[in-house]
Amino acid sequence: MSAAPGVVGRRSGGDRVRGTAFYVLLLVAVTIGFVLLFVLLADVIRKGIGYVDLTLLNEPNSSDPSKAGAGPAIRGTIYMMVLLLLLVVPLGVGTALYLEEYADRDRWYNRLLEINIQNLAAVPSIVYGILGLAFLVRGLGLGRVLLAGALILTLLVLPTVIVASREAIRAVPDSIRQGAYALGATQWQVVRRQVLPAAIPGIATGSILALARAIGETAPLLLVGALTFVAINPTLLGSFTALPVQIYQWIARPQDEFRLLAAAGIMVLLAILLTMNAFAIWLRNRYQRRW
Amino acid sequence: MSEMESAPAAPAKIPGMDEKLLEERAKETGSTRRDVLFDVTDLTVNYSGVPALKNVSLEIYKNYVTAFIGPSGCGKSTFIRCFNRMNDLIPTAEVAGRILYHGIDLYGSEVDSVEVRKRIGMVFQKPNPFPKSIYDNIAFGPRILGWKKNLDERVERALRQAALWDEVRNRLKESAYSLSGGQQQRLCIARCLAVEPDVLLMDEPASALDPISTTAIEDLMHELKKDYTIVIVTHNMQQAARVADMTAFFSVDVDEEQDRRTGILVEYDQTPTIFTNPGDKRTEDYVTGRFG
Repeated sequence: MSAAPGVVGRRSGGDRVRGTAFYVLLLVAVTIGFVLLFVLLADVIRKGIGYVDLTLLNEPNSSDPSKAGAGPAIRGTIYMMVLLLLLVVPLGVGTALYLEEYADRDRWYNRLLEINIQNLAAVPSIVYGILGLAFLVRGLGLGRVLLAGALILTLLVLPTVIVASREAIRAVPDSIRQGAYALGATQWQVVRRQVLPAAIPGIATGSILALARAIGETAPLLLVGALTFVAINPTLLGSFTALPVQIYQWIARPQDEFRLLAAAGIMVLLAILLTMNAFAIWLRNRYQRRW
Repeated sequence: MSEMESAPAAPAKIPGMDEKLLEERAKETGSTRRDVLFDVTDLTVNYSGVPALKNVSLEIYKNYVTAFIGPSGCGKSTFIRCFNRMNDLIPTAEVAGRILYHGIDLYGSEVDSVEVRKRIGMVFQKPNPFPKSIYDNIAFGPRILGWKKNLDERVERALRQAALWDEVRNRLKESAYSLSGGQQQRLCIARCLAVEPDVLLMDEPASALDPISTTAIEDLMHELKKDYTIVIVTHNMQQAARVADMTAFFSVDVDEEQDRRTGILVEYDQTPTIFTNPGDKRTEDYVTGRFG
C-alpha cells in the first residue's frame, strides 16, 4: 500500500448506492412509526379533549354520556397499581437475587426455574386471565374482586420484573462483591449492603416499566370480572373496575358520544403512563452508574 | 564445574536495577529475626480437577514484604488468593494441602472463611472502590464488624495510614469514583486497614497505575510493613526488588502430552539472592529477561 497523495481512491459507485439506499430505508422505517403514532395521538386528542373534565375524573359511569365518568375506574386502576407494586417488587427482586447470587446453576431445578421464567414472560395475557378465573376467582373462592385483579396482574408482570432485576444485579461488577468479601463480609452483608443498593436504580426502572405494561392490560381483568358499572369506590375485596376495561366498554357502545368519552379515557390512561415512564427515565438518568 | 565454584560467574543483573538498594535490603533482611506467620505445605489448587498450582511449600515471615513473581499463568494470583480463602468463592476451585496461620490450619473444618478474611485483607489488581462516598468506603468494614464507636477516628486513622488523608480530608462525602486511579487504590488499602488486619495481600496492586502512583504505593508498603505482614504479587521485577524482603519465583510446568500448564514454585529466597545470585537456571533466565 503506497501512501502517495491522490492514491486514496473513492469508494466504488455500487458501495455508495447501497449505503445510501440503506440509510433511506432506515429513515422510512422511523418515519412510518412516528407518523402512525402521531396520527393516532392526534385523533385521540381531537376526539377526547372536550370530554376531559372533572366529570370524567370523578363521576361513576352512567348510561347518559354527558354524565358518565371514569372515577371508580381511575381509582381502581391506581389502587391496583399500588397493590401490584407491593406484591411484585418483593417477589421479583427476591427471585432475581436468588437466581443471581445464591442459585447453583448446575442444579436442575434452578435451570428449570430459569427456563420457566423466560417462557412465562411470553405467555399471552389472556392465558393469565383464564388462570385467574379458574384458580383465584373460583378455585380459591376469592370472587370477582380487586385483589384478584391485582394478583393476576402481579403474575403477569412478575417475569418482566425478575428479568429486569436480574440484569440490574448482574450489572454490579464482581469486583465490588470481591472487595466486600475480602473485608470479611458474609454473603448476606454483601448482598444487602453492596449488591442491592447498587442495583436499585435498575430494579426501580424495570419495575416501573413493568407497571406501565400492567396498567394497560384489559383482557385478564375482563376475565377475573372487572365490571363497568361500579358506582362506589373500590375496596380490596369488593367489585371493581379499571380504566382500560372502562375504555373498552365505552368503545363497544353504539352511541358516538361514548367513543369520544373513550378517547378522553385513553388520554387519562396515556397521561398516567407517560408520567410513569418519565419517572423511570428520570430515575435511570439520575442514578445511572458507569463502572 | 570446579572452576565455576572457585570463580563464581558474575551475578545476573536486571537492567536498571539499583545495586545499592539491593545491598541495603540484604543487610536489613539479614539482621531481622524471622517469625513464621504462614507455613504452607504441599499446597495444590485445582480448577475443575485440573491443577493450576502444584505442591507449593514455603514460609511467610511476620512483618516482611514477600513478593511472588513469575510469568503469566504461573498460578501466583491463585496462590495469593489461598491465604484469605478467596478461592472459596469460585465453585470449581479445590485447595489441597495445608496453610498454617499462627499454627492454625486455614482450611481446617472449624475455620470460618469469613473470619479468615477479617484478619487477612486483600487489595486487588484493579482499584475496586464501592459505589459510595469516600467515608462510607472506609467505614464499610468496621460497620459490618459492628464497630460503631469512634467511626470517624477509625476512618481518619485508616486514611492517614494509607497516606491519603491530606488529599481527601475535605471531600469525605464525595463519591469514591471522583478519585484518581492511584488515590482509589490507596483508598482500597485504607479500606483494608480500617478492619485492623494482620496481613495485607496485594494482587498486582500497582499494575493499573501510573509511575507516580506506583511509587506512592511502594512507599506505603515500606511504611506499612512495620505493622503488617505484606504479601504482594507483581509482574514488575523492579518493583519486587524495591519492596520485597523475600521473593518467590513461580513458573509454568508444561506437560506437552496432556496439554496442561501447571504453576510451580521454582525458588524462594531473600530478594537480593533471587535477583543477583539465583540458585536455579529458570530464575536466572527470568530475572535477566531471557524468558517471560
